[in-house]
Amino acid sequence: MIKRSRLRPFRTLGHRTTDRIWRLGAGARLFWLTLISSGESFRRFHLTIREVYFTGVMSLIIIVVSAFFVGMVLALQGYNTLQKYGSSEAIGVLVALALVRELGPVVTALLFAGRAGTAITAEIGLMKATEQLSAMEMMAVSPIARVIAPRFWAGVIAMPVLAALFSMVGILGGYLVAVPLIGVDSGAFWSQMQANVDWHDDIVNGVIKSVVFGVACTMIALFEGYDAPPTAEGVSRATTRTVVISSLAVLGLDFVLTSFMITL
Amino acid sequence: MERTTIDLWVGIFVALGVAALLGLAMKVGNLTTSNIGITYTVTANFENIGGLKPRAPVKSAGVVVGRVGDIKFDTETFEAVVSLNVDKRYNFPKDTFANIYTAGLLGEQYIGLEAGGDEAMLKNGDKITQTQDAVVLEKMISQFLYNKASESTNDAPAATKSDSASSTKAADDALTASPLDAISKPVTP
Repeated sequence: MIKRSRLRPFRTLGHRTTDRIWRLGAGARLFWLTLISSGESFRRFHLTIREVYFTGVMSLIIIVVSAFFVGMVLALQGYNTLQKYGSSEAIGVLVALALVRELGPVVTALLFAGRAGTAITAEIGLMKATEQLSAMEMMAVSPIARVIAPRFWAGVIAMPVLAALFSMVGILGGYLVAVPLIGVDSGAFWSQMQANVDWHDDIVNGVIKSVVFGVACTMIALFEGYDAPPTAEGVSRATTRTVVISSLAVLGLDFVLTSFMITL
Repeated sequence: MERTTIDLWVGIFVALGVAALLGLAMKVGNLTTSNIGITYTVTANFENIGGLKPRAPVKSAGVVVGRVGDIKFDTETFEAVVSLNVDKRYNFPKDTFANIYTAGLLGEQYIGLEAGGDEAMLKNGDKITQTQDAVVLEKMISQFLYNKASESTNDAPAATKSDSASSTKAADDALTASPLDAISKPVTP
């Protein structure tokens, strides 16, 4: 007969697996409930606007500043390699394509998960811990329609806006390094960029990516908060999980979306 | 309505986002440069299109006059059928030449139109009959190497017989057979 202690790793493994699957199903159900009860967040649009303010407007500073630095670093690094091949004018293309296709949506989503996702999780987790959500249910107010759905739509609205800003500010940062600092020709910088960045293949696909990331990041943050154990420790763990799962989901989804978008 | 400051900030936020998207479209992307108005479509058959892609530019005398529409494969002639969307403002004679060129040494491929002398002009749905295929670099290099190899094998017996006249003739034959000849010809007429 096998000792119980030998079986324990398998039991914890099985327990963790079923727990993950259970949470996945619960998250999908919350997503569905949010979608069908999101009428109120559009009828009473000021609820959503308030959340756009907290998730979007309050994230502006971190997004703009990091975009600026990311663009400047891209230009410096790109120039360093491109000038070896005598094509330093292509630096505009490099900065623009890297930002519009990948870095804009992805870095924005990662920053959004850290800046706004954690705030959402902590807020909803505390609302649950202090039984505000139960109080709403007692008053026949659906917490999903009143609390979850406006935050969800605010995240979905805010993410593409932030990503577009990230790309544009990053390109301006790259311009600042490439043209006045390094001395690449300004006309070549912009014209090469315009010749090689496609409206549909690059910019629209970047926007589609950021909308998907917005859905994923906001939904993960909302679910973690809604699912958090109503204790201080539970909320703190849920906040950590929001960042970890959001980041992994964004990077994984990015690969999937890119493989759909790039036609070989 | 209360909370007007929040409304204001959200308004600014969304306006900034729209401005950024507009900036991406106008300043960064090719939305403003790629629209070539009303077009007419002509087709051209090529035996080999190399790396030509849909939406590649169609140029004449270096000016972009249109874009490649779609590329199909004809199962009867086993040729590539490329449809070209040419701007309505530009008319080309019926005997126009369509060549596939490469921008730079390894750049993207585009179609160059060279106008002929015909009085009749190309219309929508017409077919350009005179085409020249893309230059496939690997094919060219392998043919060149093959010729070099055959040249040196021809040289070897020539040297033993010490017949200098036949050896130079063999070398000349190898040179004229070289596919690089086709490129060097316009440069050194």
